[in-house]
Amino acid sequence: MNSQWVAVIVTSVLCYAIKYIGHAIPEIWLAHPRVQRITNLIPIVLLSSLVAMQAFTTKTKFVVDHRLAGIAVAIVALGAKLPFPAVVIGAMATSAIMYRLKI
Amino acid sequence: MSVKRDSLSVGLAVGAAGIAFGAVAVADHFTVAQACFLSLVLFSGASQFSLVAVMSAGGSPLSAIVTGTFLGGRNGLYGVRMAQILKLKGFKRALAAQITIDESTGVAIAQESSEDQRTAFWYTGFGVFFFWNIFTLLGALGAKAIGDTSAWGLDVASPAIFCAVLFPRLKERKLLIAGVLSFIWALSITQFVPAGVPIISTVVIAAIIGWK
Repeated sequence: MNSQWVAVIVTSVLCYAIKYIGHAIPEIWLAHPRVQRITNLIPIVLLSSLVAMQAFTTKTKFVVDHRLAGIAVAIVALGAKLPFPAVVIGAMATSAIMYRLKI
Repeated sequence: MSVKRDSLSVGLAVGAAGIAFGAVAVADHFTVAQACFLSLVLFSGASQFSLVAVMSAGGSPLSAIVTGTFLGGRNGLYGVRMAQILKLKGFKRALAAQITIDESTGVAIAQESSEDQRTAFWYTGFGVFFFWNIFTLLGALGAKAIGDTSAWGLDVASPAIFCAVLFPRLKERKLLIAGVLSFIWALSITQFVPAGVPIISTVVIAAIIGWK
């Protein structure tokens, strides 16, 4: 078996184990109000930083490019309460146009 | 049902980005079978992209495994949150674990009632799983035909979706502060730390803000 398959299989197994462990942690550990407040905040902080990484970095370097216009359109669309598909398609179309125009 | 409609549109939009993964994996000398295996079994976009990127940049399998696993770490934290909402046992829990990713958790927590949260989790999770796998295969087979995925806006599909799931949640003040701080923090340190650290380290921000 080559090294690519080793990496593919081992990472897949470990990542599933992580997902499962999260679900299997006994509820009693999570009953404390402080733990509740923190676990409630966790998806927010992870997703916010994920947006920052996906929209404004390339290979871990801070970059501002065509993606900024796409994200700006998404935020304006959200503020205008447009339906979800319009938000995403608007962002994708804007980003693609900016990219093709080399802005 | 707008919860189902929204969940499935996330599934389609994010799943379509699977075409980028399939294409990138094959362009980086992985086989079509390896690309499909990753989408089926690993099923976590950031981990999949990083694994392929590390190995194609000449990294060892160990460094690819560590980076991919580290980026998958947040799914465990999502699992902790989702378990409280889903309350599952046995086979259903094992199934829910596999589709516990950014999108299924994000769309679920954006809902008001716990019934809608559960519906959103399953529909988004399976929607992404279905389309992500189909598009991975298409992308891997057609790697050369698609060319540059940025030219089709696929690079903003995912961040735009996360903006949409975060937006309604950020009306609450503590959540807004946590979100903005995490955003700034991640961009401030990204240049100086390995991939994945800017994201997972924001758990500290959640701990500090949630402490009192």
